[in-house]
Amino acid sequence: MSLAVEIAFKLNGSPVRVSIPATMTALSMLRDQLNVTGTKYGCGEGECGACTILVDGLSVNSCLMFAVECDGRELTTVEGVAANPVNDRLRDALVEHGGVQCGFCTPGMVVQSKWLLDKHPHPDRHQVERGLEGNLCRCTGYKKIVDAVCGAGGSNE
Amino acid sequence: MVERYVAAKTVEEALEALSGGDATVVAGGTDVMPQSQAGRLKLGRTLVNIRRVAALSGLALTGDEINIGPLTTVADLNEHDLIRQHLPVLADAADKFASPQIRNMGTIGGNVCNASPAGDLLVPLLLLNAEVELRSSNGRRRMKLQDFFAGPGKSHKKPGELLTAILAPLPKAGFTARFEKFGTRPALDISTVSVGIAGVMAYGGLQEVRVAFGAVAPTPMRGPATEHALEGKKLDDAAIEAAAQAAMQEVKPISDVRATDWYRRELVHNLVRKVLQDVARG
Ligand SMILES: Cc1cc2nc3c(=O)[nH]c(=O)nc-3n(C[C@H](O)[C@H](O)[C@H](O)COP(=O)(O)OP(=O)(O)OC[C@H]3O[C@@H](n4cnc5c(N)ncnc54)[C@H](O)[C@@H]3O)c2cc1C
Ligand code: FES
Ligand code: FES
Repeated sequence: MSLAVEIAFKLNGSPVRVSIPATMTALSMLRDQLNVTGTKYGCGEGECGACTILVDGLSVNSCLMFAVECDGRELTTVEGVAANPVNDRLRDALVEHGGVQCGFCTPGMVVQSKWLLDKHPHPDRHQVERGLEGNLCRCTGYKKIVDAVCGAGGSNE
Repeated sequence: MVERYVAAKTVEEALEALSGGDATVVAGGTDVMPQSQAGRLKLGRTLVNIRRVAALSGLALTGDEINIGPLTTVADLNEHDLIRQHLPVLADAADKFASPQIRNMGTIGGNVCNASPAGDLLVPLLLLNAEVELRSSNGRRRMKLQDFFAGPGKSHKKPGELLTAILAPLPKAGFTARFEKFGTRPALDISTVSVGIAGVMAYGGLQEVRVAFGAVAPTPMRGPATEHALEGKKLDDAAIEAAAQAAMQEVKPISDVRATDWYRRELVHNLVRKVLQDVARG
């Protein structure tokens, strides 16, 4: 076993203290150690975006991040986005536009869309497409997801 | 196996941790994590996380050069006013890089030190005549980025050294630079080839020409033959074709899963032509 390191951070607003191997990914810490399983493991290589979380407000692939790097930071996962009523519009838009099929990509899409809408509250279609470039979906063909995020941002182009 | 973890806050702390030998530096981790998980990179006994070293972040104009902290993320490069204003070719390459999530994590220092022949920031940095500053517990040295690379994934940085700055001289008035990359997907693709061309526009042609290529040799490379073919020539169809021919002859690509040698040369030819036509149109 690799060296264990103790870290402390905020997860969806609540303080967490945990001891983890120095080489563990943030994704594995969330899913396997803390049992917070909304964040998905798709590829483990940064290619699919299913593992997207916010760290101090910036979206990152948690499968590429060392868990030790979470020390002292604020993490937001899909559970945290869902619990905040501010994001109801995004959730309603995804349902309304049929942006969810099998749902596997959805947590990553939601967190990435949240980041995008925080950065550009009223994104145009091009900004939404570029913002979701790192998230793969095998079901919807993307159009419905892009429509939903445009809808949540109040633009219907 | 990792036996010690250091979350350094200062350059001195990081250098102290490196001086023991057998250490791995982690910045954004977007190369280190997947490479170590896949077994392609063996982590050292000491893991040195430099993310909290404030002195390695930030961007500033000092005298006549832009000093880029190695922890500057690809997203920062894309958005920072100093880069957009003075080094737009670097902002453009940052915009064409991976995905938003990776742009938020990955750093310019990691891109340089990873020394991939396909590193997308390296071609623009070569066009800009950038230099790197390296520090160890024994002192500091500066070298041209061009002399930094030693082979695929290899550089002349010594194990006890930290990359502490990337320095780009302010380009002259009239300087123009373009970067084009070709991959099979728009996002998240390792470049199959990339091409950069720069110079000072005068009399319908380029002077002080600089050409650089990515993913067509063991390291990112300058293209002296293409530079010579272009120097001072009016950019008409014949000159553009001559430069594209020189380029496809001087690159030294390999065949791999992404493309064959032949295909990469054709791409280089076509990308050079495309970039030059674009420059000629102004
Ligand atoms: C899915 C995916 C897509 C990608 N797409 C692209 C792309 O489009 N274009 C591209 O160029 N790259 C791409 N990359 C590669 C990677 O994201 C970049 O090379 C990035 O810039 C690396 O930065 P980092 O901070 O994450 O480096 P890290 O992984 O932290 O470090 C990389 C290397 O540099 C060393 N290092 C880092 N900083 C320093 C320092 N200051 N001093 C000494 N050593 C240091 C580390 O020890 C390591 O060897 C991609 C990677 C993934 C996983
Ligand atoms: S699991 Fe992280 S990007 Fe696919
Ligand atoms: S809804 Fe199935 S992967 Fe996106």
